[in-house]
Amino acid sequence: MLRWMREQLGFDPPHQSDTRTVYIANHFPQHGHYVPQRFADNRIISSKYTVWNFVPKNLFEQFRRIANFYFLIIFLVQLMIDTPTSPVTSGLPLFFVITVTAIKQGYEDWLRHKADNEVNGAPVFVVRSGSLVQTRSKSIRVGDIVRVAKDETFPADLVLLSSDRISGTCHITTASLDGETNLKTHCAVPETAVCQTASKLEGLQAMVECQQPEADLYRFVGRLTVKQNEEEIVRPLGPENLLLRGARLKNTREIFGVAVYTGMETKMALNYKSKSQKRSAVEKSMNTFLIIYLGILLLEATLSTILKYAWQANSQWDEPFYNRKTEQEKNSSQILKFISDFLAFLVLYNFIIPISLYVTVEMQKFLGSFFIGWDLDLYHEESNEKAQVNTSDLNEELGQVEYVLTDKTGTLTENEMQFRECSINGIKYQEINGRLVPEGMTDDLLGESSPHLSSEEELFLKAVSLCHTVQISYDQTDGLGKSFPQANGSSPHMEYYASSPDEKALVEATKRMGVTFTGIKGENMEIKTFGRLEKYKLLHVLEFDANRRRMSVLLQAPSGVKLLFTKGAESSILPYAISGSIEKTKLHVDEFAMKGLRTLVVACRRFSSEEYEEVDRRLHEARTALQHRDERLAEAFDFIERDLELLGATGVEDKLQEKVQETIEALCLAGIKVWVLTGDKQETAVSVSLSCGHFHRTMNILELVQQKSDSECTDQLRKLARRIREDHVIQHGLVVDGVSLSLALRGQEKLFMEVCKSCTAVLCCRMAPLQKAKVVRLLKTSPEKPITLAVGDGANDVSMIQEAHVGIGIMGKEGRQAVGNSDYAIARFKFLAKLLLVHGHCYYIRIATLVQYFFYKNVCFITPQFLYQFFCLFSQQTLYDSVYLTLYNICFTSLPILVYSLFEQLVQPHVLQSKPALYRDISKNSLLSMKTFLCWTLMGFGHAFFFFFGCYLLMHEDTSLMGNGQILKANRLMFGNWTFGTLVFTVMVITVTLKLALETHFWTWMNHFVTWGSIAFYFIFSFFYGGILWPFLHTQDMYCVFVELLSSGSVWFAIIVIVISCLVPDIIKKVFYRHLWPTSTQMSQLIEGDSGVSCVDSMCCFSEGERQHSWVGQAMERTLGRWDPTRISRSWRTSDPFYPSDRSILTLSSMEASHC
Amino acid sequence: MKNQGTTNRPDNTAFDQQRLPAWQPVLSAGIVIPGFLLVGLAFIGIGVALFVTSRSIQVLENDYTGTGSSVHCSECVNPKTTPCTCQLNFSLSALFQGPVFLYYGLSNYFQNVRGYGSLRRPSSSCAPYQYDQNTTIAPCGSVANSMFNDTFTLYQLVNATRKTVPLDGKGIAWWTDYNIKFRNPPEVDGSLAAAFNGTVKPVNWPKPVYDLDPTNPANNGFLNQDFLVWMRTAALPDFWKLYRRITEGEYASGLPAGNYTLEIQYNYPVANFAGRKSVIFSNTSWMGGKNQFLGIAYLVTGSLCVVMSAVMLIVYAKFNSPDEDF
Repeated sequence: MLRWMREQLGFDPPHQSDTRTVYIANHFPQHGHYVPQRFADNRIISSKYTVWNFVPKNLFEQFRRIANFYFLIIFLVQLMIDTPTSPVTSGLPLFFVITVTAIKQGYEDWLRHKADNEVNGAPVFVVRSGSLVQTRSKSIRVGDIVRVAKDETFPADLVLLSSDRISGTCHITTASLDGETNLKTHCAVPETAVCQTASKLEGLQAMVECQQPEADLYRFVGRLTVKQNEEEIVRPLGPENLLLRGARLKNTREIFGVAVYTGMETKMALNYKSKSQKRSAVEKSMNTFLIIYLGILLLEATLSTILKYAWQANSQWDEPFYNRKTEQEKNSSQILKFISDFLAFLVLYNFIIPISLYVTVEMQKFLGSFFIGWDLDLYHEESNEKAQVNTSDLNEELGQVEYVLTDKTGTLTENEMQFRECSINGIKYQEINGRLVPEGMTDDLLGESSPHLSSEEELFLKAVSLCHTVQISYDQTDGLGKSFPQANGSSPHMEYYASSPDEKALVEATKRMGVTFTGIKGENMEIKTFGRLEKYKLLHVLEFDANRRRMSVLLQAPSGVKLLFTKGAESSILPYAISGSIEKTKLHVDEFAMKGLRTLVVACRRFSSEEYEEVDRRLHEARTALQHRDERLAEAFDFIERDLELLGATGVEDKLQEKVQETIEALCLAGIKVWVLTGDKQETAVSVSLSCGHFHRTMNILELVQQKSDSECTDQLRKLARRIREDHVIQHGLVVDGVSLSLALRGQEKLFMEVCKSCTAVLCCRMAPLQKAKVVRLLKTSPEKPITLAVGDGANDVSMIQEAHVGIGIMGKEGRQAVGNSDYAIARFKFLAKLLLVHGHCYYIRIATLVQYFFYKNVCFITPQFLYQFFCLFSQQTLYDSVYLTLYNICFTSLPILVYSLFEQLVQPHVLQSKPALYRDISKNSLLSMKTFLCWTLMGFGHAFFFFFGCYLLMHEDTSLMGNGQILKANRLMFGNWTFGTLVFTVMVITVTLKLALETHFWTWMNHFVTWGSIAFYFIFSFFYGGILWPFLHTQDMYCVFVELLSSGSVWFAIIVIVISCLVPDIIKKVFYRHLWPTSTQMSQLIEGDSGVSCVDSMCCFSEGERQHSWVGQAMERTLGRWDPTRISRSWRTSDPFYPSDRSILTLSSMEASHC
Repeated sequence: MKNQGTTNRPDNTAFDQQRLPAWQPVLSAGIVIPGFLLVGLAFIGIGVALFVTSRSIQVLENDYTGTGSSVHCSECVNPKTTPCTCQLNFSLSALFQGPVFLYYGLSNYFQNVRGYGSLRRPSSSCAPYQYDQNTTIAPCGSVANSMFNDTFTLYQLVNATRKTVPLDGKGIAWWTDYNIKFRNPPEVDGSLAAAFNGTVKPVNWPKPVYDLDPTNPANNGFLNQDFLVWMRTAALPDFWKLYRRITEGEYASGLPAGNYTLEIQYNYPVANFAGRKSVIFSNTSWMGGKNQFLGIAYLVTGSLCVVMSAVMLIVYAKFNSPDEDF
């Protein structure tokens, strides 16, 4: 739909003019030749299907899949030519598969419809004939005047007409669009701003001309023509006049706006990325396997056809007297016959391609992904968020991650700035319980004395509480109930909004300490110092810019003194300071930075009235200058911001999230490389990196920063590469900044990747969003094609999240953009460990076994059929009855593998989490490597030979089976071909089911139920099927065959011996491998196995005291001891995975313990 | 935004948290070695029993194709000598334990080719044996048309006189085939022949279906036992089909030692597809007919299990740290 829209919009220019003309309130001009433009309605459609097109469209989509199409072709071939099996045999499974998939997709689409309806049916107020009318969101038309009340989201892209303020301004936040949480001011043109009621608006004669819809959120060009007193006033419109759908009205009681873009033409809808289909590594290998099997199929069919003709060259086989050809057979042309024979063989063997593989995989993914959302360990109590799965296609990819690329702010950190320390006049203070406590003093020493601040302290606090651009929103209704940390303030409904979280943290801190910024009234900034209201007249604001790296306010104090407060980076303020304890402050600032705090230096300057006049004049001149305004402004600012009196410095902490260090450590132990990509500056990034354990103190940190040119960058890269080569004992960490990165990528991509890969940790700072995505792409496309995972929380991480193989959104404070575009969303970074190490591991093992097993069971299924051709003159005689052919994949063997693939746990979750090294066992898609695939396939062939020749020998030898005899209560036995086929089939169903049982390690009651149930069902079904003369079947070949079969004693003996002899080699292989070359996964199973405790879900279980603890210790010692010999035999491993895993038990078990 | 009132907290149930109680078997030596030993011994036991039983079953097979190595019935090989009767003499030195079954065997005969039975689609079609000069053939189809039509009579030579051994042709087909699956058309005026009015006999048959067994009028039509046996097509190209049982009179307990003559009405041509015909006397045991394979299979699997458990034991002892406590 979206694509259609886009095509309509983007690639269909001839029908549309470049602009759209919108008549406000749809007051069309009266003159006749006006042709109203047609606009989309305000419905948001994210669903794919409607009731009407569901069937054809869904069918079309499904048959675009190679496998489905293949079966369709087979089905059609069966319909057209004389093939050995009836079309039902492939038609029914196909129908089944298609139906199940359609049901699943229909359900998903129904959910989307529901969500759409909720959005589209939301009540909105529209001005119609002079009064407010409530209607539904979907019925808004372009040109309607819409009223939006406070804290509501805009239902369409509106041009602001008026607000409840005279000035016609309003505040909005666009958090859900671009992740920016600060308040933005939008304004209306003065001519419409006066129309503040519905009736006045009705009288408005105006029209908006604007560009056609486009996706850019920050571009809007248009003009508003208002007819007043027969005079047309034209006003330009820009993005500051446009209120985007999805943004939220703040701080303003109500606004009126005219809808210009609606529905799918809103900028929000145009920004919906049609999510590119990500395909997992498992799916890719699955397709490879399919192609191999297709090859086997073609080979078998060709071989059979050739052999058939070779055989038939001898006339005694071609047409013995007992089997004359029909006229039709004699007359048809040789070539046609040849082709139809080939097709018939193709049909005969077509089940080697596992038809239900895709549908089972899909079901498994769909159902399996619920476990992620249900996981209590991924539930975050404070934010009431559980893990969210947006794409179930990538579950197993979570078990394959080799690189984690993570954002810093909001992902590793809380993105919740907390004022920690400050330095005032050379004395260091800490905030303890909302009070400033000088260093060395404890809270107790201060006693309960009333807060008293020295004048320096007070001035510092005032400076901090005045020098900012924070805005305030008063929440009367408290409708949102967001828990912003202002609870201990005087006014619980006051909320600060700031574009910089640091400023917000500072203002909140001063409020806690008694100096509260209460807002801007008119031209006054008001603060309450211990309850006493003070008004400062705001004279000028010298805005922040990246070159000056400071901002200032010019104020007139109540006493009449004119003051300048400046705040900024220490490098841009300290050089201009002339008084205050500069040296000490400098020391403190460095100290703060070492602790990972974000630092700001605060200074002030007092002006005499003459000085102020000079300043005022210069500022005015600069601001009104027509030429070189920027330079003159900078000049004026420089003139003002000097001769400063240093007041102090602040240290704000961006708190690390919980257990980030443990998580990163665990990921490293799991063999995953963690790269941090941040937009932050180098120093902050490095300090956070150090504090979260990404960089260690023992690491050798290499730097590739501030490179100016290609050649310089190349030299530096070469140098780094040499250092790594020379010194490969120690771990290396690499710091790159954005500029150097783009230089490095331009010239020396390979060298750069080489350096990066030999580093344990990489930190990229000063990264633009697109650069983040570029790094991901670079990793993805490097020769090893590693699986990447990107984690982020903000809109700036979206590109990276979409680019990576797996995108994880953190439900942070920066809107839902990242979450919406991610494949999985979690509340905290620490959940990544469980998501990857436990869920990823489990899902991978489940799906890998599922895929292998599917191919295996179909080889088992079809190979006897192939072998049988050698005994029936390649006449395409089927070995099994049609019903068995049909139901094998969809009934007899489908459920055990599905249940297995939903519940299997090779190792219990807590062990997986506490031993990240287990993750290495499954890395590089190891369970789906060509070797294991061949292993399974050969086993399938082997088992098939056992089935077929076992039964063959039995039949061939046994006099009573070859003919018939009277044994066991006068039963008459004679084995026809159907009996033979049924015998093979019975052996096969039992063996294939038991083979899966052998693979199963986690036997829940459901596994028992479906495993034994499947076998029982097969028997019951066969009795039933063979027990009745089915009226609608042409042949009654299977009548009583099964009963007769089972009434022979030797058949039972044969079934037992064939099944056992199939499974015995497998068991032997497993036992020997497990003993001689155990994987660490298997060893951790032993720990559990020995324990015999079923409740060891986490260490919590051992709450009884030391006895159990010592028991765990013993178990660990034992396992350590057990590992010794194997280590020797596996000395080829360069990095020993066992030591780290030991340590991880120690480090992470405490985490487990605290968790419960 | 989320409503604060409702919590998103997932349910803490064993199912949701993937903590269902489960049995987690590990293929450890402690289970596998004794397991293998037990299974192996059991299999060897069964194998010996099966093998011994199988050995006790007597089979007497005589090829009477008349060509190649077969000396019997060579006079009948020429298709022109019809009807041809030949004799097959054999002697038993000991009692052939009863009940004795008489089979005929065909080899190189592909009853399992597609299109032979009613397997050609549309399956109702019996082509090329549906119509003979526009009259419906009954029974139609290739299988029926090619029905085996050699007949055997067994004589014991007692004091140079031939004494007929009674052959029991009742109940040799599947009970369900005889009683349920196959049906004769309703008799017209008490005559089966009239019921088949308007149909002709299959091309290769010497007599119509209602006249298959002149000795027993109930054994005619589609319910003729030999016909039913033939209609159950064999799975493999070498097959035996039950012809008669010897269950009556003094032969109920078996064929006593002595000389016998089997008189064969040689009708069925096999030369054109290099097939062979034979006639087999055999008896059965509790486990069915003679079957060396099962016994051998059990013995092989059983001893493999035992050997493997021994090998495993050695491997475990050798490659294990001594303090291991499996």
